[in-house]
Amino acid sequence: MLPLLRSRRNVALMTEFTGQRWHDMGGQDAGPVVPEDHDFALWEKRVDALMVITSGKGLFTVDGLRRCIEDLGETAYETMSYYERWVASVNQNLLEAGTYKNAELGAKMAEVAARGETYGQCAEKPDD
Amino acid sequence: MTDRVRVSTMMPPGHIRTPAYLRGKTGVVERELGLFGNPEQLAYGLEGNRTSLFRVRFRMADIWGKAAENPDDTLDAEIFGHWLTQKEADHAP
Amino acid sequence: MPHDHPTHSHDGQSPSGHPYRTDQDAPLTYWQNMEIAMRELLVEKGVTTEAEVTQAIEKMDARSPADGARLVARAWTDVDFLARLRVDASSAAKELGLEIDALKLIAVENTADVHNVIVCTLCSCYPRNLLGLPPDWYKQRAYRSRVVKTPRAVLREFGLDLPKETTVRVHDSTADMRYVVIPRRPVGTDGWSQPELAALVSRDAMIGVALARSP
Repeated sequence: MLPLLRSRRNVALMTEFTGQRWHDMGGQDAGPVVPEDHDFALWEKRVDALMVITSGKGLFTVDGLRRCIEDLGETAYETMSYYERWVASVNQNLLEAGTYKNAELGAKMAEVAARGETYGQCAEKPDD
Repeated sequence: MTDRVRVSTMMPPGHIRTPAYLRGKTGVVERELGLFGNPEQLAYGLEGNRTSLFRVRFRMADIWGKAAENPDDTLDAEIFGHWLTQKEADHAP
Repeated sequence: MPHDHPTHSHDGQSPSGHPYRTDQDAPLTYWQNMEIAMRELLVEKGVTTEAEVTQAIEKMDARSPADGARLVARAWTDVDFLARLRVDASSAAKELGLEIDALKLIAVENTADVHNVIVCTLCSCYPRNLLGLPPDWYKQRAYRSRVVKTPRAVLREFGLDLPKETTVRVHDSTADMRYVVIPRRPVGTDGWSQPELAALVSRDAMIGVALARSP
């Protein structure tokens, strides 16, 4: 019987979980530090602002922000950018706070996406 | 004499601010920071019990053993009191 | 928004002088869609206003390592201030008019015998209200995982090679404190003004991966 070919990821999932979560990375092996530094896009600054504002109003805490980012899992760390993880986390926290409902956000996202193709086009609200 | 403390080895799931690499390690209290809301509760939208927070200083050799670059370099981390057990005070000269 | 072309900069440059990423003209991503929708929904529900969001962005943009450098220059030149900084760095920063809000700051001083370096292994905690937003590398795996185990090797990657006689102290920001490194004052700066001294202090020196510049 041919052995099933397994990707490294599947093998990793099959090894025993010790309790050390993906984000808890102190002491693990890694490559050289790449001195990257980029400026932030406007949408990213808006995510940052929304986090500061909504947590500042007591809707959730920075601990909740961190918890939801951690709960996104390791794949999110590898496939999502920093502020993509933040907006996903802020959203999760606001849902839990009851600030809005998933369906409300979904309807609004559809409305926004219909405005155009690019961020610039979609961020522009049509005049009332 | 300085307060030697050992970090718990427990590995609970969920939002924890005690890094895994420090669990089971022994250091000294560098300073007491006072009471802060427990992040393990705050993370879930619960009120966080006011909990003692300590800056604990570890020798690199006491964390990494032979893998430490320089045994007496140090690592300071803020650890909540419920993660720490006090050891007998260090009587070394 | 009443702009024809929604940028918040002149000449396509952001306040730091770097070009904005070209996300404005790229196809809308799911997460960008979420940001716009979330923001508009929050405004509709009266949780915030567009003006409040803009103000928050401007407040964060106004923060930069220059604020931290001012703190360092003052610490170098005023022993009484340094004494107060050691007791309560947050209050000392406020004395300088720095709006650091509730940030619980601890200043760690480099000396002839000790070199400090800051990290957050669990996420990316950083004294952002003092220094502005952290650099990408600070938030990435290589730095976070390695600096707590082999700080000297990591510092060498930044071009900083410390002698064995120097003790390296790594600070992992695991809870409510935020850290700023007070680098050593460079030799040959006697009598320099605080602004001249501040110009020698980089963000990287206040994280601990560099020294203050020599004249």
